[in-house]
This record gives sequence, structure tokens and C-alpha cells, in this order.
Amino acid sequence: MSVVTPAKANKRLHIALGRIVGWAIIGMISFIMIFPLWWVLRTALTESGSIYTNTTSLLPINPTTFNLERVLGLVSREEALAVGGSGATIDFSLFLRNSIIVTTLSVGGQVIFSAMAAYAFARLKFPLRDRLFSLFVAALMIPAVVTLIPNFVLMRELNWINTFQGIVAPRFLMTPFAVFFLRQFFLGINRELEEAAQIDGAGYATIFWRIVLPVSLTPLITLSILLAITEWNDYLWPLLVGRDENVRTLTVALGVFRQQTPQGLPDWSGMMAGAFVAMIPTLLLFLFLGRRTVNSIQFGPLK
Amino acid sequence: MSDLANTVPSVASQGLKSAPFFRMPGRETRAAFLFILPATVGFLVFYALPFVRGFLISFTNWDLVTAPEFVGLRNFERLLNDQRFLNALGTTIQYVVINVSVQILLALLLAAFIHRFTQSIVVRAIIIVPYLLSNVVVALLWMWMIDPRLGIVNELLMTLGIGRQPFLGSPDQALLTVIFINIWRHAGYSTLLFLAGLQTIPTEYYEAAAIDGASEIRRFWNITLPLLRPVIAFVVITGIIGSFQVFDTIAVTTQGGPAGATRVIVWYIYEYAFQRFNMGYSSALAMSVFLLLVLLTAIQVRLFRAGESQL
Repeated sequence: MSVVTPAKANKRLHIALGRIVGWAIIGMISFIMIFPLWWVLRTALTESGSIYTNTTSLLPINPTTFNLERVLGLVSREEALAVGGSGATIDFSLFLRNSIIVTTLSVGGQVIFSAMAAYAFARLKFPLRDRLFSLFVAALMIPAVVTLIPNFVLMRELNWINTFQGIVAPRFLMTPFAVFFLRQFFLGINRELEEAAQIDGAGYATIFWRIVLPVSLTPLITLSILLAITEWNDYLWPLLVGRDENVRTLTVALGVFRQQTPQGLPDWSGMMAGAFVAMIPTLLLFLFLGRRTVNSIQFGPLK
Repeated sequence: MSDLANTVPSVASQGLKSAPFFRMPGRETRAAFLFILPATVGFLVFYALPFVRGFLISFTNWDLVTAPEFVGLRNFERLLNDQRFLNALGTTIQYVVINVSVQILLALLLAAFIHRFTQSIVVRAIIIVPYLLSNVVVALLWMWMIDPRLGIVNELLMTLGIGRQPFLGSPDQALLTVIFINIWRHAGYSTLLFLAGLQTIPTEYYEAAAIDGASEIRRFWNITLPLLRPVIAFVVITGIIGSFQVFDTIAVTTQGGPAGATRVIVWYIYEYAFQRFNMGYSSALAMSVFLLLVLLTAIQVRLFRAGESQL
């Protein structure tokens, strides 16, 4: 037997209203976050002449995969020119390959070498250990713009401009963040397994490869996701040392494409098709590792 | 004199011989040395030495082709009287202040709403998607969205009776537009950080306050904000350091224009270093950014007493 007093009814109405307003705000923000992505795809799939005639259609107009084929270099130069492309050779499949090479090398090296160092900092005793670790962490505070110029000069001296090793080198052997992140985790691992292995005569290398790394799979994947996103999206450094087509990454290629496109009549179809190609790996990562990606980002820099 | 010259090498060789005798590094130390070797090489070659070298280059006049010429503090004197540098600094500060404050307010509000109404991973996933895209892609897609002639945003503004806006093409609107683009990409990330912070606050606090009759807004003000202080400090400090160095969006969209309206400090450094190849002056500019950021961070850490949660 429930008696609904006016005050109670009022409160319920109040809560319901709050819920509606709350969800309306969450819904609106979600829409603002998602809609532009749809707009990229919609434009990429729209026949390039039609983007001028119909600027508001929410669906692709005269849907076609021609723009995507064009940026992937599957269309002849004449055909590309005919639809208003700049005529410059664009082959995003090459740039896609380059981005994959750069990201894989950079993340692979960074994770392995940072993990080795992190293990030593977390577990082994050696002279100057804590002092060296503080120095590594202090490097977190150096803004990228400070090391940019000297590192560029170094790459020139090594003749590594326009090479993959030039793009990858500065982060291949370590980043302060990766070392810091993994050391924090290794410190928290139970030592018993390692001690048991040591009694059985296992060396440090064996303990590291056979015990420490396998039990740290989750943080290693978390870190790899974070680093892969960073590397994939990096722009300034590859712009400086990797402008050449053979090593040009997707972000640099998009920047170049944008600069080559005529100022008055930009090749939006081509640019959005290129942008879509650049988005695919990120979206795939998200589809397959969505929950883990969200949690990685949430957990990454805080720890 | 000759005695001394003779004794030095013999002492050295003696030292070398006897060193392993007295201080044979243990198995653990040798293993550790191998484990830290690659990372230490990376640290020295790409962090420590470049830092020192950047400092040294800033005392020279160098175009990368001819030999560097030592000019003492002249680059730093020039910098203090460089009106364009001071303007770039002003533009950057404007960018940082608006960007960080708006973003944090928005993210706090959104985090509070999401925390209150839903635990859904889908909502969190949606708001983080822009952060996963590169600055370059984000800049391009917004350039298209707000294109003066064809952009959907301007079509919408027309329909609403506001009329088309030039956005990136106008000296008055360009910086604000770049700020909007960056907030769009970053707000979800800050929101996730705040959500993580909110999840650490025990619900008993809110229950106790509710029993005492505190309104929801009061609870947010008196419980949520103070307990979230370490996270807010983290987001503010990293936000300021990060947005102080904004480059990608500007390189893709306005290249410092129109009429210098978006010439922020890192773009200015880029112009000097990689378009005019004035390595000395650009290094001096970079060093001044470093000093400014160290100073700013130190002040903030003190202000926030960061890391001290009241929990």
C-alpha cells in the first residue's frame, strides 16, 4: 500500500527531468563526437562532382568507391585529373605501408628495450640505479620542441634523413614514459616465482623472458596500444625527417596532400578519402580491442 | 717533469690491472648493465645530449651549411626585443588559457553527468574516438566541416539565420576555431581521466551528505571537486604543457595565418628552424619555452599541492 504524496510525486518528476536533461546532454555530446566521422565517410563515398551540388545530404550522393580507389593509386592519372584531383601521384597504400612499418618498429623497440630497463630498475641492484632512474624520469619534463632541433641536426649528420631508421630512432630504444610505466608494474609483481626460478638456477635473462614478460602481458598490451596510437598519429618529427615518398607516413602524406590541393577549389573528395584510409586502423583497433583501448587510455597516464 | 710523465701511465696501468681484483662487478651488476644498456644509449643520444646540444646551439649563429659562429647571448637579447616573438607568446598564452579552461569545465561537467547516469562503455568509447585520430585527420575533417562555401556547419548556420562564418579565414575567428578543433579532439580524453577519478570517491560520502540534506550541486562543489583535486591538477598541468606546444593543427590549417593570428610559439620556432634555417635563434626560442614551462609547472605544482588527495 503506497501513498503517493504530492511532495513525493514532485521529487519523482524532478528526478525524471534530471535524467532527461542528463541524457540529452550526453546524447548531444556523443553526436558531436561521432557525426564528423560519418561526414568523412559520407564525403569519401560521394561522387566528387556532387559535393558541390548537394552540401547537406546526410547520405553519400551517387555512392562510389572511386575516391578511395583514387587515393589508393588504383586509378590512372588522367582519370584522377578529370575529377579535379591535383594530378600529383597519390598512393596512400604506400603511405599506409610506411605508417605500419614505422609504428611497428617504434612500438616494438620501445616496449622491449623499455621493459628490459624497467626490469633492471625494478629488480636488480647496481650502482647509481636510483640516480639513473631519476634522470630518466626527469626527461619526461623536457618538451619535445627542445630536443627537436638537435635531433634533426643529428639525423642530418648520420645521413638518416628520409630513412625509416631516422623516423624511428629517437624513440626506438626507450621513452621515459614507457620505462616509468613498466617499472611501476614490475614493482608490483609477486617475487616468489622469480625467486623459485633463481633457486632452480635460472639466469636473469631467462627470468625476464620466461617469467616477468609473460605475467605482464596485460600492461604490455595496454602500453603497446597507447604507444601505437601515439606513433600512428605523430606528425612533426616524420614531417621533418621523412618527407620522401618512400618513407612518408599517412599523417605527413595528408599534410602534403592538403598543401598541394588548389587553394580555391580544394580536392575535398580526395582529402576525405585519404583521411578515411588513415582512420581505418584506429577504428579497427577500436572494434577489436574497444574495451581494452578505453581502459588503457583511462589508466595510462595516471599510473 | 719527465718523472711525472713516466709515472702517470704506470699508475694507470696498475689501476687497470688491479681493478678487477678489488671490484669485480657482481653477476647481478653485469646483468643489470646489459639490461639497461639499450635504453641508456637511447636516453643519452636522444634526450640528454640533445638537451645539452640545444643549449649550446642557442649561443651560435648557424644555418646548417656553414660552420656555427659563436655569438654569446646575442640570440637571447634579440628574443627579448623581438615583437613577433612576444606576439607569438601572447597568442600561445591566449590559446592555452582558453583551451585548458573551457576543456576542463566541459570535461568535468560531462564526467559528472556520465558518472551519474551511466556506466556504459559505449558512451565512454564514443567520447574517446576523436582522441584516437591524429591531429592531422582531425584538422582536415574540421576544415571540411566548416568550409565557408561547402561546409555542413555553415549550411546549418545559414538555416539557423546566423549566416556563414569565415572561421579559419578570419583573423578574429581563426584562433578560436583552432581551439574548438583541439577541444573536440581532447575533451573526451580529459573526461575519461575525470571519470577514473570520480570512480575512486567512496559513495558513502555522497550518501552521508544526502542524509544531511545537501543538494546535488552542493555535493558536487563540496565533495567531488575537492576530492578530484589531484586529477584536476594532473589535467591542468599536462594540459598546459601540451597545449603550449600546439603545432599540428596549425601546420595543417592556417600555418600561423591569417595575418599572424595563429602564429603560436612552436610554429614560430618551426618557421625559424626549418624554413629560414636559423638554428641558433630557433634553439634560443626553444630554450626559452623550456624555461617558461619549468617555471609554470613549478608554480602550478605549488598552487595545487599536486598529488595530495584529501581522501
